[in-house]
Amino acid sequence: MIEFRGVGKRFADGTDAVIDFSLVMPSHQVTVLVGSSGSGKTTILRMINRMVDATEGEVEIDGENVATLEPVQLRRRIGYVMQSAGLLPHRRVLDNITTVPRLNGMGRATADELGLSLMDTVGLDRSLARRYPHQLSGGQQQRVGVARGLAVDPNILLMDEPFGAVDPIVRADLQAELMRLQRDIGKTVVFVTHDIDEAFLLGDQVVILATGGVIAQKGTPAEILANPASDFVADFIGADRGRRSLRIVEQAGRRIVVDGDGRAAGVLTDDSAAR
Amino acid sequence: MNWVAANLDLIVELTLTHARLSLLPILIGFVIAVPLGAFAWRFRWARGLTLTVVGLLYTIPSLALFVLLPPIIGISFLSELNVTIALSIYAVALMTRSATEALESVDPDVRGAAAAMGYSGWGRFWAVDLPLAGPVLLAGLRVVSVSTVSLVTVGVLVGSRNLGYLFLNGLQRGIVAEIATGIVMTVVIAVVFDLLLALAGRLVMPWTRGADGGRTRRAARRIALTEGPA
Ligand SMILES: Nc1ncnc2c1ncn2[C@@H]1O[C@H](COP(=O)(O)OP(=O)(O)OP(=O)(O)O)[C@@H](O)[C@H]1O
Ligand SMILES: [Mg+2]
Repeated sequence: MIEFRGVGKRFADGTDAVIDFSLVMPSHQVTVLVGSSGSGKTTILRMINRMVDATEGEVEIDGENVATLEPVQLRRRIGYVMQSAGLLPHRRVLDNITTVPRLNGMGRATADELGLSLMDTVGLDRSLARRYPHQLSGGQQQRVGVARGLAVDPNILLMDEPFGAVDPIVRADLQAELMRLQRDIGKTVVFVTHDIDEAFLLGDQVVILATGGVIAQKGTPAEILANPASDFVADFIGADRGRRSLRIVEQAGRRIVVDGDGRAAGVLTDDSAAR
Repeated sequence: MNWVAANLDLIVELTLTHARLSLLPILIGFVIAVPLGAFAWRFRWARGLTLTVVGLLYTIPSLALFVLLPPIIGISFLSELNVTIALSIYAVALMTRSATEALESVDPDVRGAAAAMGYSGWGRFWAVDLPLAGPVLLAGLRVVSVSTVSLVTVGVLVGSRNLGYLFLNGLQRGIVAEIATGIVMTVVIAVVFDLLLALAGRLVMPWTRGADGGRTRRAARRIALTEGPA
């Protein structure tokens, strides 16, 4: 469990990126932080592995204040996946994946074995192991990023817009892969995105942030959709327009679900019929 | 051509000496400039001063340096050491800024990712910053190499025997072939050094081969060209 208690971050130039942020991120669940650009998502994420140090309040991992932990050691047991993968361009795929285990002193043969099995896990062909990152597609690079994040078998996986730089089809693919993976491995995942659809798809808990890391609403996707806490939230999730505002239209004896723009979204079936 | 045929031994001897005289300053310049450039890159407060001082070194006329050095460090005016030290100073002057810019060219996202993986300061410098600065470092080194090979010729004015001797002697005696030979062989050395450096770069930095590597190299060359020798 990760807990933020009254956490604030003021950068050296006086910017208050995060103000009085409190949140519990339960173990083995996916918490998604979603908000527009500059709302403080990355800053909050980075306070967990001390890439950024809080200037106010406490961040705790399983009851341990991260401020008391050595940053380098802390980072080596937390997976971090970032936008555009952040791979080391001068290391081959396999070496990228096994960087942290190697830093932790794992022998090369064992590490390579581990790296190859992680490539299987994230759906990368083993034949890509000896390539350099620039020889991969964007989606493949992201998979390497995820594999690297998993390499130390961390309890915590931090993901900062990991699928932001790939096209929608590849993104859907990666999202599905992540959900499958999470069912198997059950990490404590903190996932940052500014795509509300992605947030609702992946999040057990979704946290909608306004500027300064102010929590506009948090809850399960269903809770938020059913009861947006404010106009800001309603606007952000697009509750009253487009695809989210669905209504039912009878046609040829069947009930068709139509979205706010009048496009047919699907057919409503009885629960019994669906099973 | 008669002159060339009659003086083959001399040409070979001078070419080899010239290459040898060029090599040491290039190496010394690199070895001193990289830590200096890293220092200027790492500590913002030191940057302006360091780069200005080394930049000024390059503006000292070479002849003045050959004449000034011996009394300052107590060596013989005519010694080979004099030329080596003077040219090393120019190499440092050229290379330091390249080194700083090379380290600055490293993608901040990659550095951030390395930090997030738990690289500590020095570990990251050796494993990430320095190798990724490689292409721009190499471009800088190639400029230094060409510049040094051509500067060595000035050494004849303080008694160093190298290809510059052919210019001087050819000029005094009015032998065009001799002057031309001096120029051609100097260019040959410069080209050979450059090819060797490029080859070494491909061996040491295999990731720069291929599509993306081409882009990195072009960027590196652009940086190198904007600060070529005056
Ligand atoms: N190192 C820094 N120094 C000063 N201000 C910063 C720094 N890093 C971030 N900020 C500021 O803090 C605020 C929050 O930044 P943050 O990167 O956390 O936003 P974000 O929600 O991740 O945005 P995005 O979706 O664009 O990635 C912004 O106003 C940003 O300009
Ligand atoms: Mg961000």
